[in-house]
Amino acid sequence: MTSAAIEVFLQTLIAGILLGGLYALIGLGMTLIMGVMKIINLAHGELMMVGMYIAYWMFVLFNIDPYLSVFIATPILFFLGIALQKFLINPVLKVDSILPENQVILTVGIGMVLANLATIFFKSDYRSTPVSYATNAFYLSDYWRDSPIELSLSVPWTVSFVLAVIITISLWFFLARTDTGKSIRATAQDTDAALLMGVNVKLMRVVTFGIGSGLVGAAGCLFLPIYYLFPSLGGQFTLIAFVITILGGLGSTIGAIIGGLILGVFESMTATYVGMGWAPVGRFVIFVVCLIFLPGGVASLLKRKKLGK
Amino acid sequence: MLKLVNVKTFYGNIQALKGIDLEVSEGEIITLIGSNGAGKTTTLMSISGITPPGSGEIYFMGQPIHHMSADKIVSLGISQVPEGRHIFPQLSVMENLHMGAFLRTDKNRIAEDIEYVFGLFPILTERRHQAGGTLSGGEQQMLAISRALMARPRLLLLDEPSLGLAPKVVHLIFSIIKKINSEQKTTIFLVEQNANLALQSAHRGYVMENGKIVLEDDADRLLSNEAVKKAYLGL
Repeated sequence: MTSAAIEVFLQTLIAGILLGGLYALIGLGMTLIMGVMKIINLAHGELMMVGMYIAYWMFVLFNIDPYLSVFIATPILFFLGIALQKFLINPVLKVDSILPENQVILTVGIGMVLANLATIFFKSDYRSTPVSYATNAFYLSDYWRDSPIELSLSVPWTVSFVLAVIITISLWFFLARTDTGKSIRATAQDTDAALLMGVNVKLMRVVTFGIGSGLVGAAGCLFLPIYYLFPSLGGQFTLIAFVITILGGLGSTIGAIIGGLILGVFESMTATYVGMGWAPVGRFVIFVVCLIFLPGGVASLLKRKKLGK
Repeated sequence: MLKLVNVKTFYGNIQALKGIDLEVSEGEIITLIGSNGAGKTTTLMSISGITPPGSGEIYFMGQPIHHMSADKIVSLGISQVPEGRHIFPQLSVMENLHMGAFLRTDKNRIAEDIEYVFGLFPILTERRHQAGGTLSGGEQQMLAISRALMARPRLLLLDEPSLGLAPKVVHLIFSIIKKINSEQKTTIFLVEQNANLALQSAHRGYVMENGKIVLEDDADRLLSNEAVKKAYLGL
């Protein structure tokens, strides 16, 4: 391989990992909700869109940086998620004649309403957020003068990635160390047992939906500086989150992180070596391949290793 | 201590309990025997508030609990070891035990109780950092009982603790159950298909058929009862 080819490969890999870190954050929210509620939240991408609009208007109206809006959009989305769960999803859960699967259809409806409300209020224009650092980048040669190859890191991508990693690690500590986090994990692993331990499962469902929504709201803020915004962008990200959740294994947090990274790198490779427009195709190729050869996702591999020792 | 009055429980349109009356006194080991589908597990789930009764009353220490949520019932002192053990598969043995103590407010005494259950089941000490899902069936049953004890229950509900275990392990588990009853003064309500073993361990017993209690007596009298012998003891 020539040094130019290596350069392209490494640059593609880096772009993929940066994208993957953000994808992981989107997938984490969905997989948490999946684990506890046993439903796929198909309004996930639309919740992200709401988060993006919050960050967008904060920037346009009050000149608040999208990265700071994480602290605004996340709590708003948290409470929006709680309200959706409490007033829309839970009542449907209570009716015996409605199958639990039908809650999934309800989330599709919620997504449609959110997307169309955004269209009514904000028009279907494509918007981008003109942050001052949008085109800044770090160059390897600035730090290592004699570097044989040249690599660059876009500033907003890097900052978004780092923040995504920090949020992911905080979530990890929350799930592992706090009482609420442990209750959420217990509920996801065995609802009946959690009930018998005295966990308030109903409350945990509400809280988890809030956390999942808050996470994807944060992801929205992180995506804003590097992506354009329009009301119907949610569907695409719902699909991405869905693919990550399947890749990672339903309900598995580590799986979602690994799944997000795999998807990010795979999409980036497809875009570089096959063609820009083929990235979404790559996304679904890996989805189908995963369903055929590894239906349990990454989580099933991890489990096999643990049990096999 | 525990009293069920005409309890009827439904799953949708199916009536699983058709008016159950039973009573458990403090310090007793009570067993409920019966064949598959008689409603034994439903009885326990109704007491624990997982499938609340459609009608009838349940009293614990004189207090009505049939309208209470499951977590409230646990905090009053009723713990259940469910059928099939229901260990949290990805939590370690220690984490499983801590989940058992989830509602306790005297957090500083939890370590003491962990030592106590490790004393009952020394094998769990070796497994303390292993994920619950990697334990053998017998170890999982030991963990399930230990986890329930971590709540310091006054009444321990056990659902089929012998299910699918080797005879030697069953023997150990039943000797521990008796030990918990005599040492900790924990009242025990035991549901079992292995009627012989259950009646040998218990003070009194109830026999259940098709969602109804059909017989109630001292355990040794049930052991020699002709109908029970024929139907449940295979004699």
